[in-house]
Amino acid sequence: MDKVLSNKKAIAIFILPPLILYSLLVALPVVWSFYYSFYSGTPGLKWEFVGISNYLKLFIDSNFKAALWVNVRYIAIVMLGQVGLGLALALMFEFWLKRFKSLVRTLVFFPVVLPTVAVGHLFAKIYEIQPNYGLLNSLLSAIGLESWVQPWIGQASTALYCLIAMDIWVAMGFYAIIFYGALLDIPGDIIEAAKIDGCSGRQLFFHILAPLLKPVTLTCLVFSFTGTVKMFESALALTGGGPGNATKSLSMYMYNVAFGYNNMGYGSVIAIFVFVLCFTGARIIRSFDESY
Amino acid sequence: MKTVKSVLIKITILILCLIEAYPIFWMLTASFKQQHEWVSKPAYALNSSFHFQNYIDAWTRGHMSTYFFNSLVATLGALFFIVYFSVTVGFVLTKMRWKMRKKVAIFFDMGIMVPIATALIPLFQIYNRANLLNSRVGLILVYIAFGLSLSFFLVSSYMRSLPREILEAAVIDGCDIYRLMWHIVMPLMKNAVMTILVLQFFFKWNDLLFSMTFISSSNLKTVQTGLLYFETEFGAKNWGAIFASVSMSVMPLLFIYILLNRRVIEGLTSGAVKG
Repeated sequence: MDKVLSNKKAIAIFILPPLILYSLLVALPVVWSFYYSFYSGTPGLKWEFVGISNYLKLFIDSNFKAALWVNVRYIAIVMLGQVGLGLALALMFEFWLKRFKSLVRTLVFFPVVLPTVAVGHLFAKIYEIQPNYGLLNSLLSAIGLESWVQPWIGQASTALYCLIAMDIWVAMGFYAIIFYGALLDIPGDIIEAAKIDGCSGRQLFFHILAPLLKPVTLTCLVFSFTGTVKMFESALALTGGGPGNATKSLSMYMYNVAFGYNNMGYGSVIAIFVFVLCFTGARIIRSFDESY
Repeated sequence: MKTVKSVLIKITILILCLIEAYPIFWMLTASFKQQHEWVSKPAYALNSSFHFQNYIDAWTRGHMSTYFFNSLVATLGALFFIVYFSVTVGFVLTKMRWKMRKKVAIFFDMGIMVPIATALIPLFQIYNRANLLNSRVGLILVYIAFGLSLSFFLVSSYMRSLPREILEAAVIDGCDIYRLMWHIVMPLMKNAVMTILVLQFFFKWNDLLFSMTFISSSNLKTVQTGLLYFETEFGAKNWGAIFASVSMSVMPLLFIYILLNRRVIEGLTSGAVKG
């Protein structure tokens, strides 16, 4: 038995191809981007060592600050919306919904499986004002709110919030299912006992459910956080970062700098910033979980 | 009082379901509208007929047939290797005995944290030099590499609960390690494999970042990249064809979802539950 399980040749055959692939395409690039971050120009052309000046540039680059501010607002509202509404939906499934549970679950989860680009196109048409009113504007005008009709994603004041609404719409069901699973794991007699002891709905939530749901809430927050820090595809598909820079995220700015202006060094610095933000943010959220 | 409350609850749930489902329903009906319907009727109106020409236009003139083929090749190619590798890696790193085992396992686990954007710039340079830009193989390779960590993670929890007795019995019956892998371990990992297949199918089919960075030639574009620039190529006015192509890109997912919805929900959320 042990001889079979310590067959060196078999181990090598099984693990070397994936290990090499993974090292070359995942691990190496991450290390490599640190190396790139100390250089300026394009590899091969005018490639010179500049020390930490790429890092210093972050502090004075107003485009970077703008992207950071967009990204931070996006993270804050989307996290709150996805996790908060997810929890609300899950509580509703568990305590209010008597019939059609699986139908409602299937419906609510469905947007999660849609490709981001498809959702972006769909919502672009929902928010459309020119040449014809899109779904939202035509509904508003049908119920007599003609004054609310506006170029939702065509103006800087609303574009980011439209994007946020779209991303909450997409992921709400995902978090609802996770919370719902956690609620099902809570033994029914705990809730039963609390009700017999005269717990009101609010007390039940804050004193019984909330502490029990804390670990899964933190997991959801980490998931939502790491997802929103990377904000890229949905913004690209809905607004392309515009109008102006109103919805341009850190990753989009990184992409522009690296592939639009061919400034690989500075692009790498922004990429590293996203990585560090992702990592520390997740760590901070995790630190609220005593059991972890 | 009680009935008022229950009616209110029912209405709230109904509204929420509507908000989630209506845009998709609207998209499907809109894909059958003719051009003049957009001008003469409000956007929320139902389609007056089933104008299949939109789909034909998108499929042929909009090159959706090419994009579909490319996406299918890249996704299925990557899925095959992801499944195979994650089972072998999972087995080698949880059941087999060798020195570096723990370290390699941690190394694979770390990949879960890596944001794609961080690896993208050097990857582009590597691909540029290795002549892998604009190639199917290049896309499949990167899909495999970035699918490994999470898949390995999912497999290894199933792998740990695989009873040692089964392996022992097989070995006593004269299985060597390769037969053990193919005839005993692979079939026993069926559930893990299904979860990975579903999860990674959605990830790969919906991938945008890699395909838009590494593929620029229009006959190698995948569905997502093709869709992204669809409007500029097809004209922003042709809403019918745009909706038809978007609906088309959703069809395979819709189909799988309806067929296997329990499995899909479980698969997609399993990535989160890992914490």
